[in-house]
Amino acid sequence: MISDITLGQFFPGNSVLHRLDPRTKIILTVAFIVSVFFANNPVAFAFLTLAVCFMTALSRISLKVVLKGIKPIILIILFTAIINVFMTTGEGEPLIEFWIIKIYTRGIVRAVFMAVRVILLIMGSSVLLTYTTSPIALTDGLESLLSPLKVIKLPVHTFAMMMSIALRFIPTLVEETEKIMNAQKSRGADFSNGSLVERAKALIPLLIPLFVSSFKRAEELATAMECRCYRGDKNRVKLNKLEYHGIDLAWFLIFALFVALLVCLSVLPYSFGVDNELYNILFYKI
Amino acid sequence: MSEVIIKTENLGYTYVDSLDDDIVKVDQSPALRGVSLEIKRGEYVAVLGHNGSGKSTFAKLINMILTPTVGKIYIDGVDITGDDFTEEDVFDIRRKVGMVFQNPDNQLVATVVEEDVAFGPENLGLPREEIRQRVDSALSTVGMTEYIKHAPHKLSGGQKQRVAIAGIIAMKPEIIIFDESTAMLDPQGRAEVVEIMERLNKEEGITVLNITHYMDEAARADRVVVINDGELIIDSTAREVFKNVELLHSVGLEATQGAELIAALSGCGADISGESLTLDETVETIANYILRKK
Repeated sequence: MISDITLGQFFPGNSVLHRLDPRTKIILTVAFIVSVFFANNPVAFAFLTLAVCFMTALSRISLKVVLKGIKPIILIILFTAIINVFMTTGEGEPLIEFWIIKIYTRGIVRAVFMAVRVILLIMGSSVLLTYTTSPIALTDGLESLLSPLKVIKLPVHTFAMMMSIALRFIPTLVEETEKIMNAQKSRGADFSNGSLVERAKALIPLLIPLFVSSFKRAEELATAMECRCYRGDKNRVKLNKLEYHGIDLAWFLIFALFVALLVCLSVLPYSFGVDNELYNILFYKI
Repeated sequence: MSEVIIKTENLGYTYVDSLDDDIVKVDQSPALRGVSLEIKRGEYVAVLGHNGSGKSTFAKLINMILTPTVGKIYIDGVDITGDDFTEEDVFDIRRKVGMVFQNPDNQLVATVVEEDVAFGPENLGLPREEIRQRVDSALSTVGMTEYIKHAPHKLSGGQKQRVAIAGIIAMKPEIIIFDESTAMLDPQGRAEVVEIMERLNKEEGITVLNITHYMDEAARADRVVVINDGELIIDSTAREVFKNVELLHSVGLEATQGAELIAALSGCGADISGESLTLDETVETIANYILRKK
């Protein structure tokens, strides 16, 4: 059944991360993404990796699932890595020199860490936000966070309402698609065989009725909403208001500590002037 | 608080093709014309008519989804067709007149039952505790309390429609219009919705307008109004309306099964007469006839 598709990539659960306020998670995710770009030496990266693993463990989402999320972007990772290998110029003798290609140690190191950085970025933000926050909570969180923009007349509420209605109608439309597909299959339509062009063509008679009915639905829904006194966010009260709890504050503090530590690890080592082989490797500036 | 809650005078409405607004079509026939009627507070009225007869247009005029082309409408003594009617007044009327539509899917807004029922009260800007209390009581009225955290798309048609009704009840309207709300439901879902409709009318004193295709539903109402080609042609008690089988046939409607049966029997030359609104009455009428024949 296609109607069992997961909306977004949300995995329902009851872990600490699931219970955090969506706004907290959005803010922390932004902070996390920024801090990932601070990390600039092996120790800082190790610390970052530990932190991401710790969060993954807390989310109770299996590591396999989380790693699967990286699959679609493997190409991008490889591409950036290769670019880094070839384009980085370092001091001293190149490791390999061939025709116009010069590969330096720094380039290889940089490529490896770039890949690690992207992987950690995806893992961290999916565990922190997309895997543990239901799309509707995400919408509510965004609406609440963006609400100051209402001052400059940005229709934040309208966008949030559109998002949540879209989410509400995904299963309904999937169900309808299935119905139309079956109706057409029963009359001999073939969706699974033939060339790509043929299959795409077979989708046209599927999409047209779907579009027509969506417009009809939209109109009916609009009338029904008007009947229920909807007039945008004018004077509107929400039943389930988002509220920060103690746990949110705790996470803000933990995260602040994490960012602070990461920044220290990335900046401080170079102000000591220590010159020792191990130290130079550990804090090799990428 | 006036006794007459809905009053229309010479009400008419003509649909204008919104694509060519400027072109006045002379031959465009009105969807509704010359409808004058009064509905009292707490009445249970069924509105009958074949497809395109104008019965849904009538419903949409009452809660101001459409504005009449001609005529007057008074809701609870207030003229809603006046020129000085503001947006706030429209808001008030919609709060008073709730409407349940045909397709349950197309009137549920939220992804959780509880939030959908809360949608109306949220728009009214009520205090949060009041919304919570209204949602809980509305859900218990329609018997859906246990589904409070469910996703609407996982419910059956009848259950969805009950949630939609709860969403209207939570706004505490004085009138609820059911616009073919049972048309897409299976027999069980239909029975549930009709039962709730009647309970709201009898227990909460809400004025109920049931626009329907089903004669057995109409037969249960206090009063039946028949609209044909935009005109009000019958307005009487259910008992009177379903006696006149021929008139109903002439406007493309059928009577209840019992009334149809008795009419068919007498059409075959049987000298049968008596009440036939409900199944029991029909059985009794036929039994009496057979006894008399013996």
